[in-house]
Amino acid sequence: MKNKDEMIGGRMSRVDAVLKVTGQATYFAEYEVPNLTYGVLVPSTITKGRIKNLDTKKAESAPGVLAVITHLNAPKVPAYEAQEPSKTSSGRGPGMMAFHTDEIHFNGQPIAMVVADTFERATFAASLVKADYQEEKHQTELKANLAQGKVPKTNKSLQDYQRGEKDAYKNAPVKLEEEYVLPTEVHNPMELHGILAHWEAADKITVYAKTQGVKMTQQVIADTFKLPKENVQVHSQFVGGAFGMSLRVWPHEIATILAAKKVNRPVKLVITRNEMFTIAGYRPHTHQKVGIGATKDGKIVGISHWAHVQNSNYEEFTEATVAMTKFMYRIPNVNTTYRIVPLDICSPVPMRGPGEATGAFALESAMDELSYALNVDPIELRLMNYPEKDPERDLPWSSNHVRDAYKMGADKIGWANRSNKPKSKMEDGMWVGYGMATGTFGAHRRPATARACLNADGTLLIQSAASDIGPGTGTAVVQIAAEVMGIPASKIRFELGESKLPDAPIQGGSATVASVGSAVHDACLELRQKLVELSGNALKNAKAETLVYEDGKISSPKDRSASITYTEVLKRNSLPKLEVTKESKLDEDQQKKFAMYSFSVHFVKVHVHPTTGVVKVKHAVALADAGTIVNHKTASSQMMGGAVGGIGMALTEEAIIDHRFGRYVNNNFADYHVPVNADIPDVDVLFVDKKDPYTNPMGSKGLGEIAIIGMAPAIANAVYNATGKRVRELPITPDKLI
Amino acid sequence: MKTSKKKVENEARRDFLKQSSVLSALVLSPGKAVKDPEWEEKVAAPFEKVSLKLEINGIKHNLTVEPRTTLLDLLREQLHLTGTKKGCDFGQCGACTVHSDGQRINSCLTLAVTEDGKKITTIEGISKGDDLHPMQEAFIKHDGFQCGYCTPGQIMSGIACIREGHADTEDEIREYMSGNICRCGAYPNIVDAIMEVKKGGQTV
Repeated sequence: MKNKDEMIGGRMSRVDAVLKVTGQATYFAEYEVPNLTYGVLVPSTITKGRIKNLDTKKAESAPGVLAVITHLNAPKVPAYEAQEPSKTSSGRGPGMMAFHTDEIHFNGQPIAMVVADTFERATFAASLVKADYQEEKHQTELKANLAQGKVPKTNKSLQDYQRGEKDAYKNAPVKLEEEYVLPTEVHNPMELHGILAHWEAADKITVYAKTQGVKMTQQVIADTFKLPKENVQVHSQFVGGAFGMSLRVWPHEIATILAAKKVNRPVKLVITRNEMFTIAGYRPHTHQKVGIGATKDGKIVGISHWAHVQNSNYEEFTEATVAMTKFMYRIPNVNTTYRIVPLDICSPVPMRGPGEATGAFALESAMDELSYALNVDPIELRLMNYPEKDPERDLPWSSNHVRDAYKMGADKIGWANRSNKPKSKMEDGMWVGYGMATGTFGAHRRPATARACLNADGTLLIQSAASDIGPGTGTAVVQIAAEVMGIPASKIRFELGESKLPDAPIQGGSATVASVGSAVHDACLELRQKLVELSGNALKNAKAETLVYEDGKISSPKDRSASITYTEVLKRNSLPKLEVTKESKLDEDQQKKFAMYSFSVHFVKVHVHPTTGVVKVKHAVALADAGTIVNHKTASSQMMGGAVGGIGMALTEEAIIDHRFGRYVNNNFADYHVPVNADIPDVDVLFVDKKDPYTNPMGSKGLGEIAIIGMAPAIANAVYNATGKRVRELPITPDKLI
Repeated sequence: MKTSKKKVENEARRDFLKQSSVLSALVLSPGKAVKDPEWEEKVAAPFEKVSLKLEINGIKHNLTVEPRTTLLDLLREQLHLTGTKKGCDFGQCGACTVHSDGQRINSCLTLAVTEDGKKITTIEGISKGDDLHPMQEAFIKHDGFQCGYCTPGQIMSGIACIREGHADTEDEIREYMSGNICRCGAYPNIVDAIMEVKKGGQTV
């Protein structure tokens, strides 16, 4: 009998749960490596200019210090010398070269790394490094530099877009034009970033990394140090959250590798929480303007969407801020503009729902504003403008059940209790408001390879160089294998997070289950086929697809006597194991035939204190139209986590730079407020749970991004409904409401 | 402190004076003196080997640590008890929560030497062999985590929350668990897990 919870669609507990609750899960900084030393970074105290003089003598003579690495003494990096840094590092430019020049690009940029025999000694010695600078005038303020915005060269999809007539909204009977501002937000996973680097030989390195892709990290290090890929081994079995920040190799990782070379001992760097803000990326501060116009009966005739996005001055970062506007609603006239604004700050990096989460705040706020202007229900406005097919590429949806999700969410939140008139309901002395918003993200699938190995004892080992930063990749993969092979989950082991394993893509863009899960699915199918071929006459020549695979056994549903266990097949063939390695990818033709997207809808009910303006989310409903849900338990947690992130985005999160100095002033958890337990209400998670016929063998679509996309505007819309005040600049802090 | 012109005959006393004058200098002029590595070396030398007795997860340890070493770094870097996590090193996130004589503390804000003679319990010390603690079971059942990094701290805090009598209602749990940040956002599941253990009535 198959255990339903272990199959696709079940709610099995995480395969790594025991390791995580007992403290046995090993994150990068926890590997025991002999002769380990500790690196601590020294930050630049200016924002732009050059290092004139670096005094490292005192630090070098401090107890326990092995070396102070700077641009003056760092080992040569082959790729830097050849001026061809790894393209894989970001795909968007050369990046910043660690300890390579005297140039300062942003405040807090590492100018030195102190390596000592203990963490305490390295920390103390780092305080002794002194620098003199040739300071130049810096620019860190987005608003003051909007005119410097430029078209990104590296991402063609973000060049100016126009469908139909330009700025058609201006001629519509009902129109509005508003600006929406999102501050800088920082990923802040609980695990601090860093790396442990160990040169095993002059041309052979092992690193323990916090990465969303061991293969990506391996490639970048191999390219940077001009090493054969197999000479670079990357371990990253457990990652304590990342949310996008570990989608690239950061300069401080290369710096640690240089330091390990310099001291000829393994070096571990764990950056500080303060440095998590300054040197490891963020969701970029974005100014947006939306113009939207409709007929009096609610048909949207045109929309224009402009975005100006914070960027560093040394490489291009882009994200799909204006993408959703092109296809979410049936609008004949659309134009979008995306500009990056180079500033003297660290580069951004994708953060959960990159681009779309920012864009959705503008688009879905504007939709809400339009609904009030038209005096129609916001859900009704969306239904009236629902696109039967993708209006951007004129393709049918692979699946789109967003209308079902609207209905399910409205029922759950009690939408019928909402008044269409703002500031008209009170409850327990608080203004009450209801809001909703939609989110979407591409349902991607990338090529991936999995190895499935059936052992003589009937256990199954699955291997792929995937990452699991928290969503439960390992659990989903085990379920997929259990379903296809008919082997209990307890007999299946999934190995991931090692660069020596078969190719898997980065864990980004909500594509891991679709990519790696498909490879596992296909590898298991082939394994089944092989077993049938090796079964001799036990199955009486029945075809593989007509047979039943259950309890480690192949049998014919028609003829009960035709059956054989997997272990018996191996035994009869004197095989110690049977192994299949299979690459799997989406058929390109399929990709051209359908528009593949996941959709989310968020509903919230808020209370707003009439005197203090404090907003409390009282109830949230998060819905996903994400095809087949492989594991309801972990998927539900993922949606819940996105909603929590959205509450932070809407109400509290804002990284603030003092532009006089170009320096963050709240780069810690006491001053940058991520949601805590007391901020979070009951979150109900609902799934449409209808298989997508085209995305992948499981029929799943990604969840990680849509979980947050749309949550912040849903809250902003609820706050308007409660108070009559439209806040167009996040976060919605009390000062904006009183 | 003035330097005495009188010849000091007692060697031990002279050493003491040397050390204490270094200490006084530290207190009086922290800026320059502290940043001078020569001074630092002199100060550190007599202090480097401070002995410390700790009972950790039922095992007695006789340790020598630098006084500036935090309990968190002692656990993680010297004793390889890495279940206790470093999330901020400033007492702002709760990932490093352990029990000291049964009370929850942030081990990152605790200098190891201040715990001399105390009983420390970490996440590694709450299960009995393969038998998980009820709070660990409940976290698995309710999926009170995703990435797992804040989890040991959440579990140690959750146990303390019940012991303190701060787990009678969901709102109370939310309040008393707000020192433990979970960026993956598993809060509602964490509340469910703690509530279940509380209602189960087992001794935690």
